[in-house]
Amino acid sequence: MTSPISNPLLWTVPIVPLLPLAGAAINGFFGRQSSKKAISTVALVFCGLAFFAALLIAASFSSAAAPYSFPVAHWIRSGAFSADFDFYLDQLSLVMLLVVTGVGFLIHIYSVGYMWDDDGYYRFMSYMNLFMFFMLTLVLAKNYLVMFIGWEGVGLASYLLIGYWFTKDSAAAAGKKAFIVNRIGDFGFLIALFLMIKHFGSLDFTHVFTAVRTLPTETGGAGPLTAIGLLLMVGAAGKSAQIPLYVWLPDAMEGPTPVSALIHAATMVTAGVYMVARSSAIFDRAPMALMVVAIIGTLTALFAATIGIAQTDIKKVLAYSTISQLGYMFMACGVGAFSAGIFHLMTHAFFKGLLFLAAGSVIHGIGGEQDMRKMGGLRVYMPWTFATMGIATLAIAGIPPFAGFWSKDEILWKAFGASWVYWLIGVITAFITSFYMFRLMYMTFGGDYRGAAVQEAHGHDAHGRDEHGHGHGEPHESPGVMLGPLVILAVLSVVGGFVGYGNRFEHFLAPVFRVASTQVAQEASREAGDSTLEPLLMAISISVAGLGWLLAHLLYSRRPQLPARIAASLGGLYRAVANKYYIDELYAVLFVKPVVNGSTTILWHDIDQGVIDAAVNDSADAARHVSDNVRHMQSGNLRSYAGWVAAGAAVVIAYMVWMGVR
Amino acid sequence: MGPMNMESLSPIILSLVTFIPAAGGLLILLIPRRDRDIKLFALVISLLAFVASLHLPVHLHRELGAFKFEIDKVWITTPHIHYHMGIDGISVWLVVLTTFLTPLCVLISWHSIHERVKEFFILLLILETALIGVFTSLDLFLFYFFWEATLIPMALLIGMYGHGRKVYAAVKFFLFTMIGSMFMLAAIVWLYAKTGSFDFVVIQNAIRSGSVPGLEAASLWLFLGFFIAFAVKVPIFPLHTWLPDAHVEAPTAGSVLLAGVLLKMGTYGLLRFDVGLFPEQARRNAPWIMVLALIGVIYGALVSLVQPNMKKLIAYSSISHLGFVVLGIFSFTTAGLNGAVFVMLAHGVATGGLFMLAGILYERRHTYEIADFGGLATPMPKYATFFLFTVLASIGLPLLNGFIGEFLVLSGAFQARPIYGVLGATGVIWSACYLLWMYQRVFFGKVTHEVNNALLDLNLREKAALWPIAIAALVMGVAPLMWLSAIDPAVQAALAPFAQLASKVVGP
Repeated sequence: MTSPISNPLLWTVPIVPLLPLAGAAINGFFGRQSSKKAISTVALVFCGLAFFAALLIAASFSSAAAPYSFPVAHWIRSGAFSADFDFYLDQLSLVMLLVVTGVGFLIHIYSVGYMWDDDGYYRFMSYMNLFMFFMLTLVLAKNYLVMFIGWEGVGLASYLLIGYWFTKDSAAAAGKKAFIVNRIGDFGFLIALFLMIKHFGSLDFTHVFTAVRTLPTETGGAGPLTAIGLLLMVGAAGKSAQIPLYVWLPDAMEGPTPVSALIHAATMVTAGVYMVARSSAIFDRAPMALMVVAIIGTLTALFAATIGIAQTDIKKVLAYSTISQLGYMFMACGVGAFSAGIFHLMTHAFFKGLLFLAAGSVIHGIGGEQDMRKMGGLRVYMPWTFATMGIATLAIAGIPPFAGFWSKDEILWKAFGASWVYWLIGVITAFITSFYMFRLMYMTFGGDYRGAAVQEAHGHDAHGRDEHGHGHGEPHESPGVMLGPLVILAVLSVVGGFVGYGNRFEHFLAPVFRVASTQVAQEASREAGDSTLEPLLMAISISVAGLGWLLAHLLYSRRPQLPARIAASLGGLYRAVANKYYIDELYAVLFVKPVVNGSTTILWHDIDQGVIDAAVNDSADAARHVSDNVRHMQSGNLRSYAGWVAAGAAVVIAYMVWMGVR
Repeated sequence: MGPMNMESLSPIILSLVTFIPAAGGLLILLIPRRDRDIKLFALVISLLAFVASLHLPVHLHRELGAFKFEIDKVWITTPHIHYHMGIDGISVWLVVLTTFLTPLCVLISWHSIHERVKEFFILLLILETALIGVFTSLDLFLFYFFWEATLIPMALLIGMYGHGRKVYAAVKFFLFTMIGSMFMLAAIVWLYAKTGSFDFVVIQNAIRSGSVPGLEAASLWLFLGFFIAFAVKVPIFPLHTWLPDAHVEAPTAGSVLLAGVLLKMGTYGLLRFDVGLFPEQARRNAPWIMVLALIGVIYGALVSLVQPNMKKLIAYSSISHLGFVVLGIFSFTTAGLNGAVFVMLAHGVATGGLFMLAGILYERRHTYEIADFGGLATPMPKYATFFLFTVLASIGLPLLNGFIGEFLVLSGAFQARPIYGVLGATGVIWSACYLLWMYQRVFFGKVTHEVNNALLDLNLREKAALWPIAIAALVMGVAPLMWLSAIDPAVQAALAPFAQLASKVVGP
């Protein structure tokens, strides 16, 4: 049994998720008939109460007494197995609780301004509250199954909000894609849970981690813990948009911009990072799985950043940037620096939330346009948006003393301790990040406004955009209800990094990650021995950030005609990057089409109707159909070399998993 | 424990629940042909049966795995047939599922049945009695009687009130099940010849004590005899092709009871009789049955994915879901069996709901073709919301009923053999694919057919039929223990013969 909890305020922990659920239910059932004021009040009050409760909880939190457990009710019992509605509060969930409710509340306020004119306002607010319920369930769960409620639930909220403008086919398709790709990740998550049940008979964090700590480290790879770790990473790759499951996130930009800020930048997409960090005890005993986490994170960071260079849709740039930054977080977790990953998760929530909200402010101010080629000069029209977005850009680019600098530098330093390769790729990515972010700033705010002129040239732009009732007048600054959250997040993007000063953040989270991670131990000894190295590495990462800025300045401010010429001279390479390396097309050829066509012709027409039903209905020569189609399959056009390499890697990982499963 | 008057109800309650609907059906014969009166009367009768059936779970002593509310009277002396009924924590919920869905079927048929209204509701109520009888019988002859008795009203419902190739579908349904049942009848007769009894409990004890002469040689054939009858009903691949045809042509109420309850006769039979009587054979044959179940899960889902007809899509998805049930049963694990029973109930609610929703659309547009729709969320927002909720229940979103059963089944299958759990778990991906794709094509985008702009949203009667589905899906997902606490002891009892095996599998 858990020790009694003395402070009554802490007992609000299990109630916190229910507050936004109540808001979602009220607006869901009665919103259609209510005034927009009433809808806003309900949505903001319940979300605000959750934030207020989180502050009270933080004030009553005692590191010495943590972790706290809150058993609420029984849920599933089957034989000796049980999974109950149990909640949990430790340093890690407290950080997540504050980030989710704090940033979430700000974005709710912003949404009032942004979505006010939309017909489905009540629906939007209800979904946003529903999201908060599931996200809070996710971070406060005490066992993997309750976590899975939140995990799938935020996926549902994401589905509903991406497809919020459901009359638009691209939005509906994007919502479905997000859900299905996430389900592929959930498949891995589920198998990991089955393995835990098999080996530990429980999904309870305390129970599982206690059992795990008695087991030896699987140095040779290929044990059950390695398998569990790899499968959890499959789930995390789905939710947090990592290679190879990142493809849903750029499409998710079809959702209204506050959704992109809240779900697809600040909170939901970090759930995978949280889950890996939460499972640090398991990963600590499975170095091979941890290495895969680091490699996937590092590759994703670089890969997504390169795509970000060539995007012209402001939200798409930010989407690839998010994927890239999530890669950093996984890189951190993968080298055993879980607290650095969570630190970056937090600062990223501030500055990336801000970047999206500012982008939304831009889109709102120029009548729904998202193409940066039709922006420019907006610093004059939208000074507040410009200033706040500038701060966020400085933060993400890693310019000191802004928040992103501290957390990214922490990750790079820890990564260097594990291997200079991670560090080098991380630094290259930092350079690219700085470049595409300042490119975005110059294209949006620098030079002169190109909106009206370009409007005539490309009158029928096919880009997805927020459908707004605004006409194409002068660009205008957003109302105060939208600027307020921008300013608060800007402040946080400046000062947010100082919580990490003197390793305070790391020390705070240390009880959660008390596992003696091998890499961290090595790195600590290195740190003690070599005190000149850290300032040197820091200087390098600051300089690459400056270089990125400089390059963007040269290309997009000084010589704006140059980028087009460079793009032309690069030819196929540029087109590949601009078209996101044709990964979506590759997946369509490799997976989607074979499944749909194979199911139609072979399974349905040939086997079901041709063979089985024909045997029943006494019609003939069906087997010939099947053999015909099999022949067609063999002569198919699956020739992508990269595809086969990826398939090979997948086979190796599957083999490792299998050895563990067995 | 309960009050005295409740205790005194015990011996007759099962008979009451079973025969209230048929008795009501006979009374309808006496009512003049005023459609409204007939419908109201059918609704009242079916609600009465539902209320009466609630007595069963409320007063079931859950902690014990044995049969409750037993009644055992000699019916016919030669051959030795007993009127023996009783339920345990498994069958009790199948009875309640039947009585829960029937009033909804009455509601949903209110306007869609125009001709021969009287006959329709008589058939529906007789079908209900037959279905309940299947789950309450403990005498093999009685069981077989009810089993076959479900065939006639269902075939008539499809053949008389269906659409399209309804006669073909009805005959196909009838023949498939009929031929399958012959094998079961042969097995039942063999058992009677050797034991002199049709009584399930007597025969089970005789088999367990090894006092049945010649069983050793015959047990495989007996197992298969029962198996074929049940496999057709479930349906297990490749005996499933009657199902899509029957569903597409059946009237809505027929589809709801067909998917909701009739298919569960098969899985219930597998669990109660095939596994219950021949555990050794069940264990020996489990590998290939598991393979067929997995084929059903994946194949059903993939074929469902590409259906252009909404009802066929839901029909194939049933094959996939019922594959989970078979997978759970033949894992011989506590989680697998608990999950299997739970999936039976959850699928009954969610898929029953999906068929009701499809029927509501058919009433308005007289088509099930997905291509005839698109953008319906605009003219029919409430309908779209109910539909999405039911879809989410069906694809196993946690906190809704589909998740609990699927999770337990897969974790049980994984314990039995990891590969079963892994392949089965791909079902979570497929179900999202076929249902969300269908949902997108029907509800999202702009309205593509002018006529759909004028579609009316749900009326009060339709909401009255759908709310119970939504509430049941939610309550079962949030508080599954209300069901599992009864199912678990019954499952433990069913697994007792496998205890040795189970302990071997669960170990580290």
